[in-house]
Amino acid sequence: MNQALNLFRPIRAIIEFLGGLTFLLLDTAVTIPGALLSKRGRRLGWQNLWSQMDRVGVKSVPIVALVLFCIGAILALQMAPILRDYGKIDSVADVISVAIFRELGPLVSAIVLTGFAGASIAAEMGTMVVSEEIEALEAHAINPIRFLVVPRVLATTIMMVCIAIIGDTAGIIGGLSVGQWFLGINHQQYVTHTFDILKLKDFVTGLVKAGVFGALISGQACYLGLSVTGGAQGVGSATTRTVVYTIVALITVDLIFTSAFYFLGL
Amino acid sequence: MPEAAIQVLDVVKKYGSRVVLDQIRLDVFKGETLVILGGSGSGKSTLLRLMIGNVKPDGGDIVSLGKSIARMNAPELAAYRKNIGVLFQSGALFNSMSVADNVALPLREHTDLPEETIDIMVKIKLELVGLREHAEKMPSELSGGMKKRAGLARAIALDPQILFYDEPSAGLDPVTSAEIDQLIIDLNQKLGVTSVVVTHEMDSAFRIAHRMVLLDRGKFIVSGTPDEMKNSQDALVRQFVYGLTEGPLTARRRGHEYVDDLLGGPG
Repeated sequence: MNQALNLFRPIRAIIEFLGGLTFLLLDTAVTIPGALLSKRGRRLGWQNLWSQMDRVGVKSVPIVALVLFCIGAILALQMAPILRDYGKIDSVADVISVAIFRELGPLVSAIVLTGFAGASIAAEMGTMVVSEEIEALEAHAINPIRFLVVPRVLATTIMMVCIAIIGDTAGIIGGLSVGQWFLGINHQQYVTHTFDILKLKDFVTGLVKAGVFGALISGQACYLGLSVTGGAQGVGSATTRTVVYTIVALITVDLIFTSAFYFLGL
Repeated sequence: MPEAAIQVLDVVKKYGSRVVLDQIRLDVFKGETLVILGGSGSGKSTLLRLMIGNVKPDGGDIVSLGKSIARMNAPELAAYRKNIGVLFQSGALFNSMSVADNVALPLREHTDLPEETIDIMVKIKLELVGLREHAEKMPSELSGGMKKRAGLARAIALDPQILFYDEPSAGLDPVTSAEIDQLIIDLNQKLGVTSVVVTHEMDSAFRIAHRMVLLDRGKFIVSGTPDEMKNSQDALVRQFVYGLTEGPLTARRRGHEYVDDLLGGPG
């Protein structure tokens, strides 16, 4: 009996976590219009949103750009020998652009943002729980979801889309640089190939994914941060769990999206 | 009989199977300063959280400002909370905001006042707690006593009818502690607010209280004026009030099957 209970405990924990996260995201979605448009607190709402967009997005741009530039360059170097054997060295641009725009741009940007913003949001929220700030907000009749979660989720979603565009561009530039300097592909040829192969749907599906990833990163970080118990150790544990759970969740959601797009012919 | 601002009616609160508050009854009268005394784990902070609506009771009810907190929906609870102020043990200032912004936050959130009026009101509140010249400082730049005073200025921002204090003197030196006590007395007299103070600091409790209650293991042991508490013949009250090393509280702690624990017996 006890063994059976022990087996069910992790399943129950997963269901509780997913249920809690879903409720938080639904609560956030319902609260967004009021947070940004209601007369009272509107100024603070927008002010909060701008400062979170700066913190979450602007500061992570150089890291995302550097990482995706390197990934574009690595992909070009990895694909070059195989494609050269088939006499298709120009197709390096095709492979890189589809891989970056549809898949790697949003996913890698999201993973970088998880380490950059997700961990920081979870630590911040957890510290606010420990220092009674969340309880103080509630005692002042200020809804923590509206005041704290909404600006973070909105900011991460918006900035994730922007960062994915920057990341996509950096990835293409990475591939182009290697193509130009090491593979002998003319840069104009490379750009022409890229624009020929890419369709609007590649761009849009990548950005849809990016938006969902953004909501997932901040939603999970806020949920785990707000669930902190046990002081400083709890904050550390929430931060670590945010990074690990979010990376797993991102890849799982990516698989779901890619499968859906595949079967829908997108 | 004075009018009650808060009525605690047979409140029961459990965490798992542990009963933290067991059929508690208490009236807090309008304009008085009531001190809830009790050792660590006696349930006094839980009682405070029940009164501010942050925790729901498992049984009984709390009627505050004429309304049942247990039956309030979210908008009613928000409306109730605009009429109360809470000073948390750590001050609970929002670390990302300056002292002035902390005090202004409830005003910005719950009123339509123009920014110029809010600025004036913030200065008035900070002057009341003696922090006007520190308005632009961040919480990390303040001492423990200043953080509590800033928390108090924020708590009174919306001119509440009831003020709740959770361990206002905890972690403060005697002089700062006395200053905070004087502030509690002044606010009670100047603003006419009802005050509920949770503490285990006896010096502070005797300075500020009109009435005191002692909570032990989730039940009220005694209630009375500071003089009645000082003159109580109850052994537990005497041990708590005078901080005696021998008495029912220490005997209870020692009596826990120490020998059994050492020898691996029951327990």
